[in-house]
Amino acid sequence: MKFSTKIATAFFTLLVFAMPAHSAGKLSIYHWFEYIPQELLDKFAAEHDVEVTMDTFDSNEAMLAVLKAGKMGSYDVAVPGDYMVEIMNKDGMLDTFESSELSNFDNMMPEWVDVGFDPGRKSSIPYQWGSTAFSVNPAVYTGDINTWSLMFDPPAELQGKINVLDSQGDILAMAAIYLGIPQCSSDRSELKALNDLLQSAKVHWASFASDSAKDKLVSGDVAASMVWNGVAARARQEGAPVTYAYPKEGYVVWMDNVVLLKDAPNRENAIKFMNFLLDPINAAAVTNFAQYTAGVKGVGPLLSEQVKNSPELNPPALPVGTFVEACTEEVQKVYDTIWLNLKK
Amino acid sequence: MAMQDINQGKNTTTHTYQGLGPSLLMPTWLMIGIFLVLPVLMMLVYSFLTKEFRGGVIWEFSLNAYDQFIFDRGLFGDDPPKMEWTYIGIFWRSILQAGIATLLCLLIGFPTAWFIATRVGNSKSIWLFLITIPYWVNLLIRTISMKFLIRENGPANEFMMSIGLIDAPLQMINTNFAVQLGLFYSYLPFMVLPIYASVERYNFSLSEAAADLYSSQWVTLRKIIIPTVKPGIIAGCILVFVPSLGAFLAPDLLGGAKSFMIGSLIEDQFGGQAGNWPFGAAVSMILLSMVLIVLTFYARLQSRRAS
Repeated sequence: MKFSTKIATAFFTLLVFAMPAHSAGKLSIYHWFEYIPQELLDKFAAEHDVEVTMDTFDSNEAMLAVLKAGKMGSYDVAVPGDYMVEIMNKDGMLDTFESSELSNFDNMMPEWVDVGFDPGRKSSIPYQWGSTAFSVNPAVYTGDINTWSLMFDPPAELQGKINVLDSQGDILAMAAIYLGIPQCSSDRSELKALNDLLQSAKVHWASFASDSAKDKLVSGDVAASMVWNGVAARARQEGAPVTYAYPKEGYVVWMDNVVLLKDAPNRENAIKFMNFLLDPINAAAVTNFAQYTAGVKGVGPLLSEQVKNSPELNPPALPVGTFVEACTEEVQKVYDTIWLNLKK
Repeated sequence: MAMQDINQGKNTTTHTYQGLGPSLLMPTWLMIGIFLVLPVLMMLVYSFLTKEFRGGVIWEFSLNAYDQFIFDRGLFGDDPPKMEWTYIGIFWRSILQAGIATLLCLLIGFPTAWFIATRVGNSKSIWLFLITIPYWVNLLIRTISMKFLIRENGPANEFMMSIGLIDAPLQMINTNFAVQLGLFYSYLPFMVLPIYASVERYNFSLSEAAADLYSSQWVTLRKIIIPTVKPGIIAGCILVFVPSLGAFLAPDLLGGAKSFMIGSLIEDQFGGQAGNWPFGAAVSMILLSMVLIVLTFYARLQSRRAS
């Protein structure tokens, strides 16, 4: 039918025009929220004559879900955490590069080159690293704050005034550290102990929130909250009367990494961007903004006084932090059930 | 002669569009097909597939998602299967929250709609306009503002303390009350507008006739007004209840995300560590079927009554 052919033609023309066109002068970033200063993006755009667009996510898992749901091929780079780099690599979602493609490759701190989640840095570069523990208002609880019992077996002063991260991986890793059992243990009695611990701790928790943790501390809604060290520093600078704890049982460390995604539409610009971030001046700009620690040599002298002396960025020599591990499918299944029990 | 002209004109029109019916309907079919049937079918298919570890699906038929919903096999998945109450509990909690929010909306929305519909002339449209103004602001922003209002040292508590209603700040944030308040506030206009449309068509001489026959105001309300405007009330209730059931902004931001609601349970299957897409799809399908069954039942009841 002539008429319907016309309509169909019109429809598909519309579809074609609605598709975004990718030209060489573009870069598409998939990044955490509030993690890179806009001026730095503008600087990159001006230096390389590239149009930069950025979408943000609020957890490694949310990013993975979006990429798996058909967004591969639309972003050039993403910024997954340590264990997520390994997962994405195993799923074939990462492209590789030669170290010779990045003139700043040797700026990486040597200890961050041969990392377990990407040995030899074939697909990723270090972005920032930091720790995950908690901040407490010392006016509300005057005792020693450097123990996980404040979160998992809280004293009366803190009960009902605690926010925890809405993140299964972090909470279960911290609970395992508190109990002194290995992460992702498949031992049944240890898994049951984890489940029981979280059940008994939950009654003392006021809320589960990751992206509004800072706001909750600043506004005084809660007296203690699990946080990332950079968020703890920013909360303190915004007026929250809190101190960041380095629990004696140990704490979580993590490293976010810029990865080159498979099927990146602008691979060349992605490489330029990674090289750009390995320049100490630019890495320092990120650190001064986000208040974590860069994995690049020569950043130290470029840091602001505030960041240099921040207690959140200068952990004591002991205890040392541990990375969150990616569990096997069997253990993850039990972890999912524990998480469901916690939130049912 | 005039009659013939009209008929001729009609014939011409009919002739122009002769046989084009199906293609003229194409935009509608495309809309329904692309935006309704296709996504729901995809969900249905996904719910019967095998889950891939950490999100995604393997194209193999599996009933595991529905099994997980119905049977509880303990922490390690190898206890003898028992009835699983966890998800039913989550559904029940969501239904209760949505029900209370709907009731609140009805209690406030009905008098509001009545008030607006009984104004004269232009002031009606001004009132309606006022009702819709807050909804020009994004739902997320409104929910966050609500959080600021009801927090422990927020304006709501300060006001109640200043007039001596309470001595110490009330714990409102991170409670079920906060969730219901948030849902109520989010969806109130969906209750007011359909009821307003019904009340506007109400013939007020019916109320006068009832009064002439010595009916009390309460009886008039119950036996005459409510049955007449019932379609509006029911439309309003459905429009508030259904989105409240799947809401996850209010439970997350105001309720503190301590317990799963249907919306956050589904969200966790896709964006959380669980990464169990078939299960998320299955929960969505169960929710969809539940709502459809209730609505079909209601439509049947209505048509039986009408005939």
